[in-house]
Parts: sequence; C-alpha cells; structure tokens
Amino acid sequence: MIRVTDLCLNQGDFRLRDVSFAVPTGEYAALMGRSGCGKTTALEVVCGLRSFESGRIEVSGREVGRLKPAERGIGYVPQDRALFPTMRIRDQIAFSLVIRRWSPKEIGRRVDELAELLGITHLLDRMPEGLSGGESQRIALARALAFRPKALCLDEPLNALDEELHDEICELLDEVHRQTRVTVLHITHSPSEARKLAGIVFRMADGRITEEGAPE
Amino acid sequence: MKPSDQPDAVDAVDEFRAPSDAPFLTGLIVLGGTYVAIIVLMFLADLAFTDTDSILGALREPEIRYSIKLSLISCTISTVLSVWVAVPIGYLMSRFQFGGKSAVDAILDIPIVLPPLVIGISLLILFNYPPFEWLSEHVVFEIPAVILAQFMVACAFAVRTMRVTFDQIPTRFEDVAMTLGCNRSQAFWKVILPQARHGLLAAATLAWARSLGEFGPILVFAGSTRMRTEVLPTSVYLEMQAGNTKGMLAVALIMVAAAVVVLVTARLFGMQRINA
Repeated sequence: MIRVTDLCLNQGDFRLRDVSFAVPTGEYAALMGRSGCGKTTALEVVCGLRSFESGRIEVSGREVGRLKPAERGIGYVPQDRALFPTMRIRDQIAFSLVIRRWSPKEIGRRVDELAELLGITHLLDRMPEGLSGGESQRIALARALAFRPKALCLDEPLNALDEELHDEICELLDEVHRQTRVTVLHITHSPSEARKLAGIVFRMADGRITEEGAPE
Repeated sequence: MKPSDQPDAVDAVDEFRAPSDAPFLTGLIVLGGTYVAIIVLMFLADLAFTDTDSILGALREPEIRYSIKLSLISCTISTVLSVWVAVPIGYLMSRFQFGGKSAVDAILDIPIVLPPLVIGISLLILFNYPPFEWLSEHVVFEIPAVILAQFMVACAFAVRTMRVTFDQIPTRFEDVAMTLGCNRSQAFWKVILPQARHGLLAAATLAWARSLGEFGPILVFAGSTRMRTEVLPTSVYLEMQAGNTKGMLAVALIMVAAAVVVLVTARLFGMQRINA
C-alpha cells in the first residue's frame, strides 16, 4: 500500500497542500490533473527525490518519508525514461541487483525473466541509443521492476508514444500489473488511460487532491 | 478586402520572392574565412622563415631537449592535477545550491580573466607566508613551481569545462539511480561519470594545451634557468633574448606541432561530441 497523509510542500512553483491519498496493496491507481497541478511533484516526493515540509508517506505500512530514495523500495519510471546511455540493456536491468549484491546467477535469472515478460530479450545486448519509444519504455519498466519493489511510480509512461504504441504499452502495463501484483501509482492526464488501467483514480488541482474514485 | 481583389492577392503571394541569402552567407564566409586564413598564414610564414635544418638543429640541442622533456612531464602532471580537482568542483557547482555559490563561481573564474603574469606574482608572494613559506625553498624557482604555475591557470579551464559537462547531464539519471538503490556517490561513479567521459577528455586536452602555452606565471614564479625550469615557452623567450630568431621559430614550431597532435588525438577520441 502507498499511503500519503497531509503532505505539504512549498518550494517556489512546486506546491502541495494537504495531499492525502491511499493506494491499496496490489491496486493500480492513476493520479490525474492538468499540467502544473502538482502530480509530478507529488510522485517525486513519494519516491524521495524531493523534500517536503510536513505530512507522512507510508509504503507497505512503513513510514518512508525520511528515508533515502534507495531505502523506500519504490520503482520509478520517469517521463523521459532516463535509460543510462553508457550501459547495455542487460546491465541497466541488472543495475539495482548489482547494487544489492545479488549473485550473478540470480541476476541473470531475474534479467531473463523480466526480459521475457516485457518482450525485450532480443535487446539485452544492445546499447540504448536508437531504441524506439516503446522499447525504451519496456526497458525502463524492467529496470524499475528488477529489485521487486513494493510499489511502482510511473510518470506519464505513455506520453509521446504514437497511438499504436500507446495501446500496446497500455496492454503491457496491464499485463505486468496482473503478473506482478505490484502497487502502482501512475501519473496521467488522459482519462482513457486511467479508464483502461486504473482501479482507482485521484484527481489533483492546484496542489491538492480534489476527487477520488473509480475511473469514469 | 473586396472579393474582386482576391485574385490579385493570390498572384502577389505566387510572385513573392524572398530576398537572397547570398549577402548574409558571403558576410559569414568572408569574416570566418579571413580569421582562418590569418591563422594558417601565420604558421606558413613561420615555416617559410625557418628550415628543416634549424628545427633538427634545435632538437639536437640539450637545452631544447630538456625543455621539451620538462614541458611534456610538467604539462601531464598539471593536467592530471587539474582534472582531479575539476571533476569534484564541476560536479559540486553543477548539482548543489549553497550559500556563497555565486562568489565561489566568480573566484573560480579569476585565473581565466586575470593576466597570467599576475598569477605568477601572486604565487610568488603567497610563498612568502606560512604555511607555504615552509615549502618555499623546494618550490619557488624549482620544477614544482613550473607545475604549480601551469596548474593554477589550466585548472580554471578544466573546472569550467567539467561544470558545463555536468550541467548537460540531466539530474534525472541520478534520481533513477538513487531509486534503484544507489547513494549519491554510487550514482556519481556508476552513472554520471561514465556519461561525462567526453567532457573529461575535453577538460584534459584544454588543461594540457593551456599548460603547454603557459609562460608569464612560470617566468615570474619558476624563473627561466636553462636546464632547470626551462619549458618550451621559456625556450622561445630565451632564444629570442639571445637574438637566435631561427632557433626561436624552431621551438615555436615544435610547440605548434605538439598542440596539433593533442587536438587531433582529442578529436579522434571523440572530443567533437562534446563540442556538438
């Protein structure tokens, strides 16, 4: 579960006011709102990439608000995917496991498992340069899921994809969620995306949650 | 507009011709070409003024051989020191906000804007005060003074290059690395520094080239003693003082050749990517 309670932040243009929401364990939630309403700021605060003034953030019942990003157990896929340009795809997916000192055998097994799930086995020995938007998104997802995070935060993962790819990645996200049952917080401004994927939707405006419910 | 005017308007659009680009492009080519031509002509004039025998003769002289050797060694050491200092400062200035950052930024630029001679004078005066004074005997007018004088100027250029390099790498990479389990240090070593490799090479090249050409601070802080603190620019100066124009030009051309080798090597190893 991701539970955010009374989160407040005031850093120039970045403002959150008493933001509270809860995503039950294994649920897929969409955080919606117009550009500049604070969605990405809220997501970055949950991931530990931005400090906040007051409030509480819990992941699987553990208060993580003051922990480093590495200690929160949250997988993060930014809007631009940020694939590491100097690493082969295999090394990108294995990255979090090497940091956690998994054995090479376990790492190999996990990388192969994720590559198969996300359909990127043929890309494992490539560098990220020249990959399509859909391929980059699959790899970014595999990298974020590798260490079996308790929650997954996706910042507009379907943005800048053409219609065909959009539907394809949408289905993939749904499939990944069904198979991993990871708790997902997905930022989007697209109602159709929320409808297709999310079981619960939070609407944000001007730095606060204004609505919560099932997708329309 | 009346409906009857519309066909004329369409004709006017069809007949519209944009002004020619030729004057603009000619201006660019003439200005840029003149500068490039002057650089090339300068070196051609140098070459015309001297001959192979003079260059080979200069290369045979023990003083010149010593100055080449000292130049290569001191430039390499000052480059290593410059990059070693420039990477952390560049990263710090690129990624962190702290009180007095603008002042630190301005201080880092001082060696770039200050006349090099003043750096030499300031170093000389600095070594009159403790704790530097205690080392003065082993540094001032000795080989370490050559390296320190080169380092003080070269490092400023390396810092600027590394800062621009880190500025060009989005912080998003560190964010992702940290959510994947890295602390800041791991994110730097594993994700950011490999991406900065072209900038690192550019900084090293620039530092080496600056060190090779450094003269003013070396003259003041290290002196111009033959077979002791003589580097290539000092050799040019000493040959000129002695009225040996051909010898002076021969040494100057050796420096040009060294600079060309460094630039070509840097480009071969991908420095053009950072420029792009």
